[in-house]
Amino acid sequence: MDRAPEIEAVGMTMRFGAFTALDNVTLRVRPGSFHALLGENGAGKSTLVKCIMGFYHATSGGLLVDHKEVEIKDPVDAQRHGLGMVYQQFTLVPSLSAAENLVIARGDAGAVIDWRREKIRLTEFMSRMPFSVPLDRQVSSLAAGEKQKLEILKQLYLGSRFLILDEPTSVLTPDEADKVLGYVRKLTTSGALSVLMISHKFREVRAFADEVTVLRRGALAGQGRVADLTDGDMAAMMMGKSDIGTAPDRTGQPGAAVLTLRGAQARDRSGYRVLPIGDLTVHAGEVVGIAGISGNGQVELMEVLTGQRRLIAGSMLVNGTPYAATRRQSQARRVRYLPEEPLVNACAPTLSVAENLAMRDFDSGRGVWLDRRRMARRALELIAGFDIRTQGPGAQIRSLSGGNVQRAALARELSGDVSLLIVANPCFGLDFTAVRAIRDRIMMARNAGVAVLLISEDLDEILELSDRVLVMSEGQITFETPVQEAQAAVLGRYMAGHH
Amino acid sequence: MTTDPGLWAVPIAVLGGAIRVSTPFLFVSLGECLTERSGRINLGLEGTLILGAMSGYGLSYLTGSATVGVLGAALVGLVYGLLHGWLCRFKGVNDIAVGISMMLLGMGIAFYFGKPFIQPTAPRLPSIPFGWWSDSPQLQAALQVNVLFLIGIALAVFLAWMLRSTRIGLTIRVVGDSTQSARALAIRPDRVRLWATAAGGALAGIGGAYLSLYYPGSWNEGISSGQGLMAVALVIFARWNPINCLWAALLFGGAGALGPALQSVGISEGYYLFYAAPYVLTLGILIATSSTERAVIGAPGELNITK
Repeated sequence: MDRAPEIEAVGMTMRFGAFTALDNVTLRVRPGSFHALLGENGAGKSTLVKCIMGFYHATSGGLLVDHKEVEIKDPVDAQRHGLGMVYQQFTLVPSLSAAENLVIARGDAGAVIDWRREKIRLTEFMSRMPFSVPLDRQVSSLAAGEKQKLEILKQLYLGSRFLILDEPTSVLTPDEADKVLGYVRKLTTSGALSVLMISHKFREVRAFADEVTVLRRGALAGQGRVADLTDGDMAAMMMGKSDIGTAPDRTGQPGAAVLTLRGAQARDRSGYRVLPIGDLTVHAGEVVGIAGISGNGQVELMEVLTGQRRLIAGSMLVNGTPYAATRRQSQARRVRYLPEEPLVNACAPTLSVAENLAMRDFDSGRGVWLDRRRMARRALELIAGFDIRTQGPGAQIRSLSGGNVQRAALARELSGDVSLLIVANPCFGLDFTAVRAIRDRIMMARNAGVAVLLISEDLDEILELSDRVLVMSEGQITFETPVQEAQAAVLGRYMAGHH
Repeated sequence: MTTDPGLWAVPIAVLGGAIRVSTPFLFVSLGECLTERSGRINLGLEGTLILGAMSGYGLSYLTGSATVGVLGAALVGLVYGLLHGWLCRFKGVNDIAVGISMMLLGMGIAFYFGKPFIQPTAPRLPSIPFGWWSDSPQLQAALQVNVLFLIGIALAVFLAWMLRSTRIGLTIRVVGDSTQSARALAIRPDRVRLWATAAGGALAGIGGAYLSLYYPGSWNEGISSGQGLMAVALVIFARWNPINCLWAALLFGGAGALGPALQSVGISEGYYLFYAAPYVLTLGILIATSSTERAVIGAPGELNITK
C-alpha cells in the first residue's frame, strides 16, 4: 500500500457574491494522522472540504499534496490524486449489491463484467482490510453501520489515501460509531491513510483524533493537538463568547395515563412481517423514551401513532378511549407530533414559514376564508418565542437551516394547549445550540404537564430527557426501566437483541 | 379450420393466441422495462407502437421486404424515443406529461401518413410451423410461431444478463436508482436515460411492425387498442425484471386471446365480455399489487410513479 499523503489547504478563501463563506483558512493534515474539523452549522466546514474536493473553486488559496501544489478541477480529478470523501448521505446505490457498487465505482470495469474474477479480487481486497462487509447483500438491506463501512471501503478500494469523512457517525449507534472510527483509526496509525473528519461530537474527537481545527463563521477559530485541549476549550472556540446555557430542571410528578398501547401489533414496511410491538403507557408530565437501533420498528411505531399504519391486533387509547389519530381526534384530544426529518415529514417545503406554522389550526376559524392577518400575527409570535431564524414569515420554509425547520415544527406542535407530544429523532443532524434549544423545549413541555413519547436512536438524548426508558428491538418493546436505574451497557444489550 | 365444437379447442386457441398476441406486449414491455430501469417512464410507447405499425407496413409495401419494414419501424421508434429523451432533459419537464403528449402526437402522425396504406397489401412476416408433428389443424395453427417471438424471448434473456453482468447494465441500474449516486460516480444520468429511452422506443417500434406485418397483419387506425399502455402496467407487474416481462406478456396475450378463442368454438353470447379480459387483468393486477402499507419491491428509486 502507498504511504498516506500530507494534505495542506493554504489560505483558503471562498466568497459567494458579497458573502464570505470561508476566510483565509489554513489547515494541515499530517501523513497518517486523524484530523478533526469542528464547527457549528454554517461555520464553513462543508465549504472548506468542498474546496479541497474540487466541488468549489476557492476564490483564493491553494492545496498542497505532499508539499506540491495541485489544482483540483472536480471530484473526479480529486480521486486521481487519491483524495476521497465519504458524504453524510450515502452515495451507494441501494438496489445494487455491495460488490456491484464497488465494481461500478471503479469506472474502468470492462464492458462485460466477469463476476467470478471480480469476486476473487474483491474477496482478496476485503481480506487486507481491517473490516469487511457481506459482498452479495443488496445495499438497501444493510444496516447503517454496514453502509458506512462500505462507503469507507469503497474509497479505499478506489485507491484513496486521504479521506474526508463528513459527520460519519450521524447515522450510527454509539457502538457502531466506535467500531467504524476504531477501524479508521487503525488505518491511520498503520500509515495507510490520512483522515479529515467533520464532527459535532466531542466524545469522538477526543477518542479518535490526533489534531483538531475549529472554524467559526468561516474563519479559523483555533487549532491544536486534541490532547492539549479540554472539551471546554473546544466548545469556547466553536461558540465564541456566546453561552449555550444549561438544561432546565426536571420538576413535577407524573399524572394520569394519557397514551396507552395494549398488545399492539402491526405489519412492517415490507408487509410480510408482523411486529409484536406490545404494551406502552405514557403519563401526563413524564417523558418516556424509546431507545433502539434504527430499523427496529421505530418508523412503523411512529406510523401507528400517527394513524398511517393499521394495528392488526391490540388497541391504542388516548385518555382512556380508543384513538385512531384522525385530524378531528388529534385536535379534540390535543395530540401533537414531531416526526423525524420535519422538512419532509411535517412541512410543506415550498409553503411559507407562516403557512407551515398555521397547519394545525388554519381550519379552526369560521367560514371558508383564511384569516391571513391572524396567521401572520401568530407566525411572528412563534418566530420570536422559539427563536426561529428566518428572513421573515413569508419565506419558504425550505430556505431555513435544519435547526430552524426543527424549531418551527416544534413551535407549531407545542403552541396552544397540548396534552400528548410524540417526537421522533428531534435532534438528528442539528448543531449544539439547536440541540440544546429543542431539548429544553421538550423538557419545558414535560414540566408543564405534557405527556411526551420520545422515539430516538440517540441513547444520550434518551438518557438525558426520559423519566422512563423503553427499548425496542426487532419490532418489540423488550425492556423497561426508570431512568435512574438505566445503565447504558444493559440498554445496549437489549438494543442489540440479546436479552 | 374445422369447426369442431369441442371445448378442448379453447385452451389450444388460448395457447396459440398467447404466442401470437403476446409478441407486441413482449417487445413494448422489454423496451419500457429498459427505460424504466434508467429511472424514466415513457408513456409515449403507445404512440411509438402505432407509429412503428404504420411505418413498418408502409416500408414493407414500398420496398417489398417485410424485414426492411421491421428495421425501419425500429429506426422510427429509436428516433421517436430520442425525441422523448431529449425533451425530458430540460429542467422542469415531466416525463409522464411528455409521454402522454408524444403518445397523442405519434398516433396523429401515424394516422396522417398511414392513410394511403390502409387499402394496399404489404408482404407479411413469415412464420415457422412448430406444429408439424401433430395432425390436429388447431394445434398446427396455434404453433405457427413468428421469428420475432423467438427473438423476443432471446432478448428478454439477453436484457436480464445485460443488467446483471455488463457495465452498461450496471450503469443503467445506478442511474435508475439514484441520480445523486450516478453523479458521484461521474456518470451522466441524462445521457444514459436518453439512450435507454431510445432503445426502448426501438423495441416498441418492432412491436408495432409485428402488429401490422404479422398479427392482425394489416394497417388500420385501431390496430393497437391500447397495448402500448397496457405494457407499461405489465412492467410494474413484472417488477422491472425482463424475464418476468416474458411471463407477463404471455399471460396478457393469453387473456387477449380468450375472446376470439371462445368465439371460434361457437359461443355466440357474452364472449365479447372476454375481449375486455386484458383490460380487466391490467386493472386487477395494479390493484392487487399495490398497498398503502407496503413499499413497491424492485422499483427503480428515481421513477416518477414510485417516488
